[in-house]
Amino acid sequence: MTTEPLWEVFIRSRRGLSHVHAGSLHAADAEMALRNARDVYTRREEGVSIWVVPASAIEASSPEEKDSFFDPAGDKGYRHPTFYHVPEGVQHL
Amino acid sequence: MYGNDYETPDAQRARQLEDTPESFRELLATEGRVEPRDEMPDAYRRTLVRQIAQHAHSEIIGMQPEGNWISRAPSLRRKAILMAKVQDEAGHGLYLYAAAETLGVDRADLLDALHSGRQKYSSIFNYPTLTWADVGAIGWLVDGAAIVNQVPLCRCSYGPYARAMVRVCKEESFHQRQGFEILHTLSHGSPAQKAMAQDAVDRYWFPALMMFGPPDDNSPNSARSMAWGIKRHSNDDLRQRFVDMTVPQAQALDLTLPDPEIRWNEDRGHHDFAEIDFTELFEVIKGNGPCNQQRMEHKVRAHEEGAWVREAAAAFAAKQAAGEGAA
Repeated sequence: MTTEPLWEVFIRSRRGLSHVHAGSLHAADAEMALRNARDVYTRREEGVSIWVVPASAIEASSPEEKDSFFDPAGDKGYRHPTFYHVPEGVQHL
Repeated sequence: MYGNDYETPDAQRARQLEDTPESFRELLATEGRVEPRDEMPDAYRRTLVRQIAQHAHSEIIGMQPEGNWISRAPSLRRKAILMAKVQDEAGHGLYLYAAAETLGVDRADLLDALHSGRQKYSSIFNYPTLTWADVGAIGWLVDGAAIVNQVPLCRCSYGPYARAMVRVCKEESFHQRQGFEILHTLSHGSPAQKAMAQDAVDRYWFPALMMFGPPDDNSPNSARSMAWGIKRHSNDDLRQRFVDMTVPQAQALDLTLPDPEIRWNEDRGHHDFAEIDFTELFEVIKGNGPCNQQRMEHKVRAHEEGAWVREAAAAFAAKQAAGEGAA
């Protein structure tokens, strides 16, 4: 027996929110993947919209490169508002 | 636990983690989660594959004892509830297979391992559902025990397994309540209905207690699973927690748990209960339970008889893809 292609499932739980990864499943094609995703991941009204993406189409960063890949952001605390000194009593800043 | 008795828990944990990658030890030490492409010891990966696959198989086989009563549920309400529950079990199986696959195994191989008997499922599903009350007892006791086992797995060190368990646990609580409600209705019905409820509890109590596995002094892999953050509490601790939760619920049901030794122990702050005869559990695991053969035959038959559906879906997908290419 061969295993059907793997799909990653993303669900928008309600209007106004983004699609979030819910899990994965196997299906022969995109249409079946959508139907299966509805049955597997939204039995309790967990979603108003579903995306299915072939797992093979996802390019992921590698855990081994974790340090070098994310390093550039590591020493830039000045990108956060908490980096700055605000004198006592100054408001709306 | 094995090893010498004088080892402190910390020393024992350290020994279990010898020769594992540093990044892995660091994650465990900080209660971080291991994700699929992280470095992990082979034995950790193998243990997880075995445990998650067995868990998935249990959900799938677990549809059979209850599915047995769908066509004979006593009302449309009960029937709709039971169908929803059995469908949930299928969903739980699928979440778990997907989690196992993140460890690099193939779904087809996992199913093959189940069908050929190389991987097991929980022994509890090798008991028959003789009456409608058994559906109640399964929900109340079997799902109740499963919840006690599963809640700590939501904090398992392997991310995909933990996330699957969060979803499963959310859905299980309806399962336990519907079982409790079935038994409550029967036990407050006619004397015959009450006797049926009592009989179901009598038959399912000890098998439910055995779901927590062998006693701690006979559970060779527990120490390692605990060091790895897969297991959070010992078998006996979880069993005790289940007994303590269940005794007052049985009183509310006005049903008796079939163990005359159950009594509150003021000193321990827990209920005492009879020593469990595990000979039966090991017999059922070996394949000698009342329904082992029936469950496997049914599963394999369903898989084989469903082959044409999978083949048709694949043929349709191929045809569509070819059509798109031509256009």
